[in-house]
Amino acid sequence: MRGIPVSALIGLFFTGLYFLGAIFAPFIAPYGLSEIVGDVWEPSSSRHLLGTDSIGRDLLTRMIYGGRTTIFIATMATILSFVTGSVLGFLAAVLGGWMDQLMSRLIDLLMSIPTLIFALVVLSVMPVTVPVLIVVMGLLDSTRVYRLARAVAVDINVMDFVEAARLRGEGRGWIIFREILPNALSPLVAEMGLRFIFAVLFVSTLSFLGLGVQPPAADWGGIVKENKDGIVYGIPAALVPAFAIATLAISVNLVADWILNRTTSLKGGRGG
Amino acid sequence: MADPLLKVTDLKIEATAYPPGEPPQDITIVEDISFALEKGRVLGLIGESGAGKSTIGLSAMAYGRGGVRITGGEVLVNGRDILKLGVSGLKRLRGAEVTYVAQSAAAAFNPARKIMEQVTEATLAHGRTSKRKAAARAVSLFAKLGLPDPENFGNRYPHQVSGGQLQRAMTALALCPEPELVIFDEPTTALDVTTQIDVLAAIKDAIRDTGVAALYITHDLAVVAQVSDEIMVLRDGHRIEYGAADQIINDPQEDYTRALVSVRSIDHEEKQPTDDPVMQASNVTARYKGTKFDVLHDISVALDAGQTLAVVGESGSGKSTLARVITGLLPPSRGQISFAGRRLSADLAGRSREDLRELQMIYQMADVAMNPRQTVGTIIGRPLEFYFGHRGAEKRRRVIELLDKIELGAGYIDRYPAELSGGQKQRVCIARALAAEPRLIICDEVTSALDPLVADGILKLLLELQKIENVAYLFITHDLATVRAIADSIAVMYQGRVVRYGTKSQVLSPPFDDYTDLLLSSVPEMKLGWLEEVIAHRKMESAGH
Amino acid sequence: MHPVLILVVQRIALGLLLLVAASILIFAGTMILPGDVAQSILGQSATPEALANLRAELGLNEPPVTRYFNWLFGVVQGDLGTALTNGQDIATSMGRRLSNTLFLAFWAAAVAVPLAIFLGLVAVLYRDRWPDKLISGVTLASISIPEFLIGYVLMYFVAVQLGWFSTVAMISDSMSLLEKLSVIALPVAVLTLVVLAHMMRMTRAAILNVMQSAYIETAELKGLSAFTVIFRHAFPNAIAPIVNVVMINLAYLVVGVVVIEVVFVYPGMGQYLVDHVSKRDVPVVQACGLVFAAVYIGLNMVADIVSILANPRLRHPK
Repeated sequence: MRGIPVSALIGLFFTGLYFLGAIFAPFIAPYGLSEIVGDVWEPSSSRHLLGTDSIGRDLLTRMIYGGRTTIFIATMATILSFVTGSVLGFLAAVLGGWMDQLMSRLIDLLMSIPTLIFALVVLSVMPVTVPVLIVVMGLLDSTRVYRLARAVAVDINVMDFVEAARLRGEGRGWIIFREILPNALSPLVAEMGLRFIFAVLFVSTLSFLGLGVQPPAADWGGIVKENKDGIVYGIPAALVPAFAIATLAISVNLVADWILNRTTSLKGGRGG
Repeated sequence: MADPLLKVTDLKIEATAYPPGEPPQDITIVEDISFALEKGRVLGLIGESGAGKSTIGLSAMAYGRGGVRITGGEVLVNGRDILKLGVSGLKRLRGAEVTYVAQSAAAAFNPARKIMEQVTEATLAHGRTSKRKAAARAVSLFAKLGLPDPENFGNRYPHQVSGGQLQRAMTALALCPEPELVIFDEPTTALDVTTQIDVLAAIKDAIRDTGVAALYITHDLAVVAQVSDEIMVLRDGHRIEYGAADQIINDPQEDYTRALVSVRSIDHEEKQPTDDPVMQASNVTARYKGTKFDVLHDISVALDAGQTLAVVGESGSGKSTLARVITGLLPPSRGQISFAGRRLSADLAGRSREDLRELQMIYQMADVAMNPRQTVGTIIGRPLEFYFGHRGAEKRRRVIELLDKIELGAGYIDRYPAELSGGQKQRVCIARALAAEPRLIICDEVTSALDPLVADGILKLLLELQKIENVAYLFITHDLATVRAIADSIAVMYQGRVVRYGTKSQVLSPPFDDYTDLLLSSVPEMKLGWLEEVIAHRKMESAGH
Repeated sequence: MHPVLILVVQRIALGLLLLVAASILIFAGTMILPGDVAQSILGQSATPEALANLRAELGLNEPPVTRYFNWLFGVVQGDLGTALTNGQDIATSMGRRLSNTLFLAFWAAAVAVPLAIFLGLVAVLYRDRWPDKLISGVTLASISIPEFLIGYVLMYFVAVQLGWFSTVAMISDSMSLLEKLSVIALPVAVLTLVVLAHMMRMTRAAILNVMQSAYIETAELKGLSAFTVIFRHAFPNAIAPIVNVVMINLAYLVVGVVVIEVVFVYPGMGQYLVDHVSKRDVPVVQACGLVFAAVYIGLNMVADIVSILANPRLRHPK
C-alpha cells in the first residue's frame, strides 16, 4: 500500500509497540508484579526507570503488566461488542419490519441510561472479575456498534445494486456477505478503533473507581488509584498511566482516521 | 460607442483537485473564454456537465464556488474590472448590478424566513428603495411571473409553495433590485416539462419587460434557443462555437455543435403489433405499504416480443411504480401480470429462477446499480454463473463477448465501476442484463442522468441490441424525445392512470386528449420562436373555449 | 391543536415512557445475577440467619414484579427507601448532594457552553488554517485521555506545583459564593475540558453544514456583509443543531461529574453513588441510577423539543 501518511505510520508504530509489550510482558518486565523492591515512591533511577509505587513496587513493571491487563480487557470487550453489535445490526437491516423495530427500540432504551451509570448499577450486584468486566463492557458498548452497523447496512441495503441482486434471485447469505459486507467493512473497522479507545478509557475509569480490576492485579486505572495520594505531595507517579493511556489512544485514533479517510477517497470520484 | 455591459477577455479559471493517494494539484477548468454582452441582450451558455458553464456565469459576479479561482483575464462590468474590486466594491456589485438565479430554488431559499423578506433583502441592503416600495415591486413581479395571489404570496415560507412557483419567486428575487444583468443557472432543469414551459415563458417576458441583460446557462440547446440572442457552445472549459442564436441552431459550423443540434433526433421506424405479447399487465392496482392511496389505478398494457413499450409521464405519474409491480418488488393489490404465456407470481419470493432470468432491469443511476467493490468482470459474470453455471475460462470468454457487444472491449474486465465514465457504467449495466439472456428488460429512466450525446449513444446501442437479441424493452421515461427515438408503442401515464395507449404513430397523432396535448406541446423544439408559437396557440385555444 | 404542540406532547410522553422503561431496566439490572443478591452482598461466610434477615429487609421473598411496583410507588411519592449500610433515608442524604452536583455542573456548563460555541465559530471562520488545526489537534488529545487523568494532571501542575486552588473540593453551606467558586474552580476546569472538545467539534460540524447550504451562497451573491449572512441566514438554521449539541454534551457532563467528584473528593451524587456501589448498597445505587437516568433522558428530551420548535416546516405547516 503506497502513500501511508506519516501520522498513520506513527500511529501504527506505537499501537504495535504497546501490543507487543502486552503480549511479552513477563519477558520484558524487570521485576515481579507484586515484588516489593524498594522504598515508597522512590524517584526515577537506573534501577527503577520510573521509580517505585506507593508500597515500593517497581513502577515500570507495574505499568507493563498493567498495560497487558488493560489492553487484554479492552480488546476482548471490543471484539465482543463488535460481534454482537454488527451481527444484530446487519440482521435488523436485512430483516426489517417488526424484528428491526423491536431490536432498535430495545437498544434506544439501553442507550437512554448513561453507560457508566448502568455499568455501576450492574457491578453493584455482580462479583467484579475480569470475565464479568469484559461481558458488561462489551454488551453495553455493543449498542453503539449496533446503531452504526444497522445505519450503514440500511443505507447499502436500499442501493440499486442490492435490489439488482435480489431481482436476480440471490439468497440472503450472498446479499449480506457479498454485497453489503464488503461495502460496510471500512467504516466498521474505523469505528472499531474508536470503540477500542473507549474500552481502554472505560476499564481505566472503572478500575480507578475501585470497581474494575482488583488488586493485587495491576491495570493502568488501578495504578492511578494506588498512587493518587502521592499527587498532593508532588509525586507524579499517578500521571505515568495518563501518558500511557493518552499515547495509546492517540495512536489508535490516528490509524482509525487513516482507514476512514482511505474509505472515503475510494468512494468518491474516479481513481483513473 | 460606450463599453458593453459585460466584457470578458481571456478568462482563465483554476481549481484544486485531490486525487486519492496523490498530492493535490491545480487543474485548469476554464481557459481562453472571451465574449461581450450589450444591455438588454441575452447570451446562452450551453454545454454538457463539466463544460464550465456555471463557473463562467459566476465569474460575472467575481465569485468562485468551493475553491474555484479566477486566475487570468479580465471581467469588465460597465467598463471596470470586477476581478480587481475589493470586498466593499464586490458587495455593491453583487445583488445590485448583477444578480443570480440558482438551479434549485428549493435549496437556494432559506427555509427559516418568509419569501418576501428574501426577495426584497438585496434591494433593501443596497439602499435602492424604501421597504414599502420594494415590497410593491416584489408583488408586481409576482404578478408578472404568474404567481397565484401575488399580494399574499410573499407571506409564505418556501416549503409552503410548489417547486415551479419557487423557481419563479427566485426570478423575482433576482429582478427586484432592478439589476443590469441576471445570471440564470439552469433555472428550469429541475422542473417537469409541463411546468418548465410556463416558467420559461415567464422568465422570457420578464427579461423583455424589464430590459435587463442575461446570461442563460443550460445543457439543453432547445431551451436556450428560445430565450437567447446569442449562444456560446462550451466543452471542457473551452469555447467551441460562438454566434447569433439563429446561426448556431440553423447553420452550426462545428461538428460538436452539429451533434448537439441533431441530438435526440434518432428516428426509429416502429414495428407493427404482432399480438404475441411477452408481458401483459391486466387491471393492475397498487399502493405502497402503510399508505391509504392507490398509486396505480387499473393499469392494462401489453408488450409484444422483441418490441419496445415506452411508459411516459411526469414525476408522480406512477411510471416507476409500474416497473416495481412488474418486477415483483411491489405486489399489486388487484390485477395480474402474465409473462411469456404464464402467470407471474405477484411477489418476488414466489417467482422461479427462470422467471427472474427472463426479466431483467436497468436503472437510472448506473453508479449505485453496481457494487463498487466488484470488478466489471464479476458484475457481468455473476448472472452467467448464477443462471447458467458458467465458470472459469468459459465465463471469462462470455464476459468478453458481452463487453464487445456493448462496445467496451476486453480491456475493461478488471476495472472497478469508479474507473468508468457515466456512459460506460450504463453500458456495463446493459451487459449485466443481457448476460441473463432475458426476454424483457425494464429500462427505468436509463438515459436521464446522462449528457445528451452520451444518452444518444446508449439509445443507439439499445436499438442495435434489440435487433440482434430480439429482446423486448419496457422503457420508462419522462422525455418524449427519447420516446420518439425508441418506442414501438406508448403508454402515457398521468396521476397513476394510463390516459393514452397505442402504437407510437397512434399516440403521437391527433386528436389528442388534453393531457397528452399539453405534454407533447410542452417539449422544447430545436427551433427559434417555438416558445412564442406554443404560448400564442394556447392563448387562442383558451380564448376559443 | 397546532401540529407542533402535538409533536411536543408526543415527545414528552415518549420521555416519560422511556423513564419508566429505564426504571424497569435499572431495577432488573440489579437482579440479573444468577444467584442471590443477599448472598453476594454478605459474602460466602454469612450465617443463614443474617441472610434471611437481609432477604426480608430487601423484600426478596416477594415476587420481583411486586417489589418493582412497591419501589416505583415509593419513588413517585418521593420515598427512595433506606440505605442498607447505615439505615438512613436515601432521599434526605441525597438532597444535599444533588444540589452540590447541580451547582458544580451548572458552573461547568456556564463556562463550557459559551466557550465551545465561540471556539466552534472560530474554527469555522479559520477553516483549514492554523486555529482550526490547533483546535482539532487539542480535541483529538482530550478525547484520548480519561476524565480522571485530566483531573490529576491539572491537580498536579496547578494545585501542587503552582499552589493555586486546593487539591480537594470540600464545600459547605457556611461558605460564601466566592469561596465556593474558588473551591470548585479546578473541578469546573476539568469538566470544561472534558466536554469542550466534543462540543466544539460538533458545533463546528453543525455550522459548517449550514454554511455549505445553497441559501448561504444566495445570500453571499446578494452582496450582503459577512455579518448579515451569518446572523440573518446561517444563525436561524443553526440554532437547532447547536442546541442539540449542547444538550447531548450536558448529558455527557452528567457522567463526567461522577468521576470528577471522586477525584476531588467533592460531596455530590457521583461520590455517593460510587461509595455505595463498592458497599453493594443496592437501594442507594438504584436511586442514584434513576436520578442520573432521569437527568440524562430529560436533557435529550429538551434537545429534541428544541429541534421540533426550531423547524420552520413544522412551525408553519402547509
